[in-house]
Amino acid sequence: MADLSVKIAGVSFKNPLIAASGTIGFGREYREFYPLSVFGGISCKGTTLHERPGNPPPRIAETPMGMLNAVGLQNPGVQHFIEEDLPWLKQQDTVAIANVAGSTAEDYCQTVELLSETDIDMIELNISCPNVKEGGVQFGTSCDSAAAITKAVRRHCKKPLIIKLSPNVADIASIAQAVESEGADAVSLINTLTGMRIDIRTRRPIITNNTGGLSGPAVFPVAVRMVWQVKNAVQIPVIGMGGITTWQDAVEMLIAGADALQIGTALFTDPYAPVKINEGLNRYLDENGLTSVTELTHTIQPYG
Amino acid sequence: MKYDAQDCELVAKAQLTATIYDFRLKNPALAAITRPGQFVQVLVPSKTLRRPISVCDVEGDVLRLVFEVRGEGTALLAQTKVGEIINLIAPLGHGFTLEPDKKTIFVGGGIGVPPLLYSAKQCGQNAIVINGFRQRSAVILEDDFRQAVGQLILTTDDGSYGLPGFVTQPLEELLPQADRICACGPMPMLKNIAKLAQQYHVPCEVSLEQRMACGIGACLGCAVAVKEADGRVIYRHVCKDGPVFDSQCVAWDGEKPQPVTSNTPDKKPNEKEGQ
Ligand SMILES: Cc1cc2nc3c(=O)[nH]c(=O)nc-3n(C[C@H](O)[C@H](O)[C@H](O)COP(=O)(O)OP(=O)(O)OC[C@H]3O[C@@H](n4cnc5c(N)ncnc54)[C@H](O)[C@@H]3O)c2cc1C
Ligand code: FES
Repeated sequence: MADLSVKIAGVSFKNPLIAASGTIGFGREYREFYPLSVFGGISCKGTTLHERPGNPPPRIAETPMGMLNAVGLQNPGVQHFIEEDLPWLKQQDTVAIANVAGSTAEDYCQTVELLSETDIDMIELNISCPNVKEGGVQFGTSCDSAAAITKAVRRHCKKPLIIKLSPNVADIASIAQAVESEGADAVSLINTLTGMRIDIRTRRPIITNNTGGLSGPAVFPVAVRMVWQVKNAVQIPVIGMGGITTWQDAVEMLIAGADALQIGTALFTDPYAPVKINEGLNRYLDENGLTSVTELTHTIQPYG
Repeated sequence: MKYDAQDCELVAKAQLTATIYDFRLKNPALAAITRPGQFVQVLVPSKTLRRPISVCDVEGDVLRLVFEVRGEGTALLAQTKVGEIINLIAPLGHGFTLEPDKKTIFVGGGIGVPPLLYSAKQCGQNAIVINGFRQRSAVILEDDFRQAVGQLILTTDDGSYGLPGFVTQPLEELLPQADRICACGPMPMLKNIAKLAQQYHVPCEVSLEQRMACGIGACLGCAVAVKEADGRVIYRHVCKDGPVFDSQCVAWDGEKPQPVTSNTPDKKPNEKEGQ
């Protein structure tokens, strides 16, 4: 049995698998399958300062080896999260991460300030949600705006701060560097890629938001590439995600440069995916004579 | 256990029409906890998203699913052979409010007919079932319903079998003696049934569909607009809050929630934040 534990920004995780924000709510529904301690951590459904109703349905479309979603940050607001969901999640023996989205810098700062007074373990700043017009992605698509929002939030944030990066950019590594220089404790990537499906009979987009965020195995190679590029560019921990479905994917993402992993869409196909990934990862480490999962991170042997 | 993801063996398979299949899947643990009106999420090999299918009936250890081939996923599913394994997340959602000693009218349209069978059985002789189809070749489950319920009325749009026309005609005639309505089918049909139910003051529940990802209430993908008691429209979720909803709560006319921009407890739905 190898040691699966990892430390990200001073926070200890039992294993490197974190449930990705938006796929697991606050964990209650998946608690029906297994104890949530199966996950090293849970990144909760994106929370905003005020309640948000979300986008009109349909919000979901299937794509080859993946899916589009445009849920639109439906959530009951940060106060509700703090009062109703956080106390429960804190009893589940897993790292609790709040995922914060917003329309303005003030929104982000106020939300983060409220969360800083709770016993949440970490905050993940979502500056990359592609599904709401006023929803944060404008902060995530240039180095200047990403640096500015990180700087602003950093002043209000007393918790370890993860910045979740958008892949819908020309150079993700320089955005990672920009948020690192303003005090981000870690980066997580990739959020969904903006995509679209059209019903050829009606000529209408399948989801009412017209466009949505693409996730699932289809985006995995893009995610591996970006994690590798970002790891080469920053010193802070990198949390890799995007289409991880099997333990082999998890191993590949770690080798590319991830210090921890997030898994999301795979839960929809197989709720037991995290259990299987942890088992497979453990076996792989044993078979390769590695005593800790941290020995695998960024061991890629790239061609010169 | 409220639900779980488990393997089930396909123990019997039949084709009911050119496009509709009838699967019997064995899993004692899941069958034991499945209630009428619930659904399952079917894993289709090579597909990222599972397919939501209603439980048509529970026969001992066996879950019966009747589904129509619509797109790629259901076409792949239809190719499953007897003896092969299908993984289900089941049972999901909650079914109709059933009062077996009250006169209950079940109204099904097309592929909305199978989800009613297990529920209608619970009402036995007190169940009146009105099932509507496009034409004679689309009629399914006639014997199953006839054996299980007090009265079965069939309609076809083109009049090639049963009564000609829509289910709403016989429904309106029977409504004065009904205590409840349970309906499943296309949205325009459900909307018309909801209108009649309101007119005759009969409690009515409808089973709705929406595209799903998780199927258990975590991803918020399967939104449906519903009216709250205070008139506010909000998004609820078909997989967890449904698939059955009170017909008077469904936002039939495309009403949408107002953006909420205030956290104060006494907020008004239309309040806009000065920005
Ligand atoms: C609660 C519930 C119960 C259902 N019960 C039955 C049943 O008993 N029998 C039956 O034949 N059908 C039922 N349906 C509809 C069935 O889920 C769809 O026909 C099926 O998902 C289509 O999949 P596909 O791969 O053939 O189509 P594709 O178009 O290839 O599917 C693409 C994606 O869209 C989704 N999708 C497409 N149409 C629908 C739809 N109408 N509702 C929900 N998702 C859809 C698919 O699940 C998939 O994720 C039910 C739907 C819901 C929500
Ligand atoms: S499908 Fe995920 S909430 Fe209903």
